[in-house]
Amino acid sequence: MIKKAFTFLMLGGLGAMLLNFILSFRERTALPEVAAHYIEKGPAELGSANIVTSVVVTYRGLDTLGEVTILFAAAAVVGLLIHLNRNENAVRREGSEILKTASALLFPLILMFGAYVFLNGHLSPGGGFQGGAIIASAVVLTVLASPNRKIGHTVLSVIESISGLAYVALGAAGALLVANGFLDNRIIPLGEFGTLFSAGLIPIIYTLIGLKVGSELSSVVISLNGETIEEDDQ
Amino acid sequence: MIGTIAVSTGSLLVLVGLWSALTNRDIIRMIVGFTIFDVGIHLIMISVGYISGGTAPIISNLSDIGVSYVDPVPQALVLTAIVIGLGITAFMLTYAVNMYEKKGTLEIDKFEELKW
Amino acid sequence: MEILFLIISVFTVITALTALAVKDRVVSVLAGGATGLFASILFIIMAAPDVAMTEAAIGSGLTTFIFFFALRKIRRNDQDHSYKVSEVTNRSREND
Repeated sequence: MIKKAFTFLMLGGLGAMLLNFILSFRERTALPEVAAHYIEKGPAELGSANIVTSVVVTYRGLDTLGEVTILFAAAAVVGLLIHLNRNENAVRREGSEILKTASALLFPLILMFGAYVFLNGHLSPGGGFQGGAIIASAVVLTVLASPNRKIGHTVLSVIESISGLAYVALGAAGALLVANGFLDNRIIPLGEFGTLFSAGLIPIIYTLIGLKVGSELSSVVISLNGETIEEDDQ
Repeated sequence: MIGTIAVSTGSLLVLVGLWSALTNRDIIRMIVGFTIFDVGIHLIMISVGYISGGTAPIISNLSDIGVSYVDPVPQALVLTAIVIGLGITAFMLTYAVNMYEKKGTLEIDKFEELKW
Repeated sequence: MEILFLIISVFTVITALTALAVKDRVVSVLAGGATGLFASILFIIMAAPDVAMTEAAIGSGLTTFIFFFALRKIRRNDQDHSYKVSEVTNRSREND
């Protein structure tokens, strides 16, 4: 009972603080200085039409690298904890015939859509994170259709490590070759504004982020689905 | 106006999520509370960067001047926060599954060694 | 636009309250996913299409799927552990 009263008191205090925040909240009418710089100078500097993408990949690229690392750590811990107490001989009911056929048909199409989303991240809404999530949803579909299939983690971990290494290597190349800083995207020509092959390294780095996020989310899904075995176990 | 409504909605979601996470007995529903809390925080952050009448920060033409755009920095921040949120949710769920396999229940009161 | 925004905000809060109040675990998880989906519409109106895409795909879609995978693991083990579960509840009943 005391615990409940304590919770109620704490939430009441938080509610009062939030109410104060709401009452004093005024919508901005002008951009802060940093954001104004990003919007005015960003397209000419980096050649990316989508300013959010240029903030994520280049201006705040180091934060994104750290974020992808956190996601990798979460995926690794999920895999480890599930691996510790797995149930080897559990057999799940197979998906229906419609689900199996449809997943075989849709799997490449969904993968292609994910690739489209992260390749066009610098031109339209979308990018590596959304594309990675779409790729993971394709994996969810196959897992639902045939839950007893043993899926090896090897392919996923190879894709994951190669894209992570390439991400760091390209970032270091930006620092060493052009000396403008880590993850500078101008080590290859910017190209014409608004075309697919433009904005220097941004589409390449976002593709790597998409592959990395996609393989990490897929391995989370596969681990939580259960019974996977490494290929060298067989 | 839109910003104020969004901040109020976000605050309500934060309160509902925390209430759900703190008072529920069932671990799965505590985790659902945490995801609702996440959504509320994201709403508040996006509405702090909202500028009334602004359009999305995607520039179609380099010579466009005088169009007001919303602040892209909180959007980039929330973009990564959502992905981390999924990782944390998966982590919490894995822990819940592990705790279930130890005790055969998801009632938080049964885990007496966690009491304070 | 404000009216639409207000209506969807009310829906968002209602689904969050449903997730809090409802007894069934599955309905609670689904209501949590619906909260994320309505919030992604709010993000679109607030001129944040990138965030809306991410919230709809990850915050609403994949999160719900992961919840169901975890729930399925728990429910599958319910049959294996049914003896143990009843034992635990009996013991707790004796303690009361």
